[in-house]
Amino acid sequence: MKTVQIFVDGRPIEAEEGATVAAAMWNAGCVRFRTSVTGEPRGPLCAMGICFECRVTIDGTAHRRACMETCAPGMKVQTGG
Amino acid sequence: MAESVSATIIVVGAGPAGIAAATRAAEAGANVVVLDEAPSPGGQIWKHRRSAQAPRAAQKWIARFTKSGARLIRGAQVIAAGEAGRELRAELSDSPGKMLDLRCEKLILATGARERFLPFPGWTLPNVIGVGAAQALIKAGVSFRGRRVAVAGSGPLLLPAAAALAAGGAQVALVAEQAPGEAVARFAAGLVFQPAKIAQAVLYRGRFFNANYRTGLWVASARGDDRVREAVFTDGRRARTVACDVLCCGYGLVPNLELPMLLGCAIEKGFVAVDERQQTSVPTVSAAGELTGIGGVDRALVEGEIAGLSAAGKSEVAGRLRARRARLELFAARLAKSFALREELKSLARPDTIVCRCEDVVLSRLDPSWQRRQAKLYSRAGMGPCQGKVCGPALEFLFGWESDSVRVPLRPTPLSGWALPGPEDGASPNERADSR
Amino acid sequence: MTRGPTPDVLIVGAGIVGAACADALTRRGLSVLVLDSRFAGAGVTAAGMGHVVVMDDSEAQFQLTAYSRELWSDLAGELSRDCEDEPCGTLWIAENEEEWTAVRAKAAAYESHGVSVEILDARALAQAEPNLRPGLFGALRVPDDRVIYPPNAARWLLERAKSRGARVRERCEVMAATATDVTLSTEQVSAGSVVNAAGPEAPRLTPGLPIEPRKGHLVITDRYPGFCRHQLVELGYLKSAHVLTAGASSVAFNVQPRATGQFLIGSSREFAGWNSAPNPEILERMIRRGVAFMPALANLSALRVWTGFRPSTPDKLPLIGQWRSTDTHRPGPWIAAGHEGLGITTATGTAEILAALITGETPAIDPAPFDPNRSMPSGAAH
Repeated sequence: MKTVQIFVDGRPIEAEEGATVAAAMWNAGCVRFRTSVTGEPRGPLCAMGICFECRVTIDGTAHRRACMETCAPGMKVQTGG
Repeated sequence: MAESVSATIIVVGAGPAGIAAATRAAEAGANVVVLDEAPSPGGQIWKHRRSAQAPRAAQKWIARFTKSGARLIRGAQVIAAGEAGRELRAELSDSPGKMLDLRCEKLILATGARERFLPFPGWTLPNVIGVGAAQALIKAGVSFRGRRVAVAGSGPLLLPAAAALAAGGAQVALVAEQAPGEAVARFAAGLVFQPAKIAQAVLYRGRFFNANYRTGLWVASARGDDRVREAVFTDGRRARTVACDVLCCGYGLVPNLELPMLLGCAIEKGFVAVDERQQTSVPTVSAAGELTGIGGVDRALVEGEIAGLSAAGKSEVAGRLRARRARLELFAARLAKSFALREELKSLARPDTIVCRCEDVVLSRLDPSWQRRQAKLYSRAGMGPCQGKVCGPALEFLFGWESDSVRVPLRPTPLSGWALPGPEDGASPNERADSR
Repeated sequence: MTRGPTPDVLIVGAGIVGAACADALTRRGLSVLVLDSRFAGAGVTAAGMGHVVVMDDSEAQFQLTAYSRELWSDLAGELSRDCEDEPCGTLWIAENEEEWTAVRAKAAAYESHGVSVEILDARALAQAEPNLRPGLFGALRVPDDRVIYPPNAARWLLERAKSRGARVRERCEVMAATATDVTLSTEQVSAGSVVNAAGPEAPRLTPGLPIEPRKGHLVITDRYPGFCRHQLVELGYLKSAHVLTAGASSVAFNVQPRATGQFLIGSSREFAGWNSAPNPEILERMIRRGVAFMPALANLSALRVWTGFRPSTPDKLPLIGQWRSTDTHRPGPWIAAGHEGLGITTATGTAEILAALITGETPAIDPAPFDPNRSMPSGAAH
């Protein structure tokens, strides 16, 4: 099985080729994807691009839905935004 | 610069309904373009990462679709529409902000359904996800091996979700269906008219015989710290706490009505109203599948076929499919009746339970005497990036507030998608949309 | 059925202007009934940007906006949090030499009216707002301008009026109005005086009012805290707000930060009757103008687009006072309408002037320029 390496908050994570960023993060044990307006930790709810709870910053662009992005080599993901 | 595409018929959505519609229309000789937001066709129910994994019916239809001559544009999300559906603008997901402008003579909407979420204390904890979400995550590459999972909510989708989880090595602690046992039993008995579905049900139950499928049981609350650790279930009399790493909770499906509403299609009882040719109240627009009623794959397929054939001028052939659709309509009705949501679900949320997750609006901020738009303006519920797609169905269930209007863009989109070179003078406007 | 005694004043329209009038009148001890066809803040109040800004397009406008802004500042500590009151200030941006020269004159004019300002040169502007493109000449900074969230500000003012005894009836359509009564679908309601504060729909109730709907577009983005701090407006906005011929449209750069960290992007003006559908061409021009001033705007995610109808008058000043019918010359309702893009700003001043006129006090500023019966510039499609 081919793998791809991405970075989540600086931590390297191996993901299966073709996996979404959300899947890679879940497999690596990440639970907090973003912070809500009142400070709650949030993670994916619908996993199909509708709820926007899985938003992370990818390669400098904010508000990207992790469940809709496929892992690309060297991708830099930042959570908690 | 926006690329421009023209076709005689455009189909929005490449799930079962959209694929069937496009296939039939293209086979009848029409010039057909299909738009879908995903990288490969199949919608939610036929989603697969490798085509060998897709169910056999899906493989057959997708193969037929590929040969039909219809053109599929992947990763295209419709964000605006006008001219009674004859003009569409879609954003291409492979390059955010990149737009596609499309023109057609007839539009077939097959935008499917999404999960209905209802708020309860603790539902915003990480690792509380939907039921369809569990399957979507599995297909996206998540391993649930070794995780303790509880599945809850309503509808026949609980079974395949739990089965998929168990097959992936999850420990499925409980499957809780809120509908009463008698209702579910009656539904299962009704399936005798559809043998394939009974076989499926038996197979599913066998797969996770270690788990418990319970009826008349629902989630009262979820508890945890940085993520969910346990869920409290109730039958209305007694409570039972179940430790879990993941809680999957979804209460059936609601249709994705945003595009039909934007185009002015009449909505009746929460679904797009269509005639026997699947035509909506807007003559150039048809709708098929979950948009017209939650009824599963078979119903979506036959409605898609009718819509595609009718749009391509083959109403006679379409007419021969009416009997099959009528039978499947009965199935949809039975589905709705058996899995109707009980009243107790309206009292799960407490005053401090978040109802709108994008804006963290709690229940106590909402006045039941308000209208939908009023609640949005006063509390900000529905003003976040999900554009009310999550809280909308919940507010409708809790307060009876129907969604009364829709705004462009239909999905958040980068401003660069609008800052396109174009003529300096204003041209004629398209239809619909009121002020904020 | 309306029970209870005849109110001193019946206000038609529970938007920001009607709500402010209810507040001002009840403060003077009058009994007030407010009627709205939908709900408080449902009309153009909900569509606008919510800016509270001093504008110097004319002496009268200068006085009214400065007076009103002071009244809004007085409320600052009391407004509820959901009014999102933010004293973010405004930067009027000079894009060229001509505008940069005009900044100095503008600064002097503001200062002579007691409105404090600051001139920022190109470097200071870049420091104040790093996301603006390089090459701009500078800006006039008006530090005490504010931004609020109008639907909740209207509600807050109404609640204050209700605490002094005002009654509010929503989902109540008014078909006709005279100086002393209104006709609903099933009844007539009388009052000592009637106020027409129905925004762009005011002429429906009082035929002959020189108010036309002037459509505008707005876009709101997702949250990007710190993207900009001030309300940003190009000096060319003033040209855009000027008289338009029918069929023409104009856009001007205007970005406003919300307390939520989201950004409102405007503005556009056109006469399109009551067609509320967003116009793709105008939207594109408006956004392109925005990106021309702030290139990074292109990467922000747009959540929602909407339109609204500014109630505009030919001379760009509101109507505040008692209407006299043009044919019968009999006194009609009091009018508090026609505020174009300054409805939120001048709601407070409008209310004080109107309440003073109704009770026979001397208004704080000269009300003559706002007389609803004044003659308007002729031939203007306004």
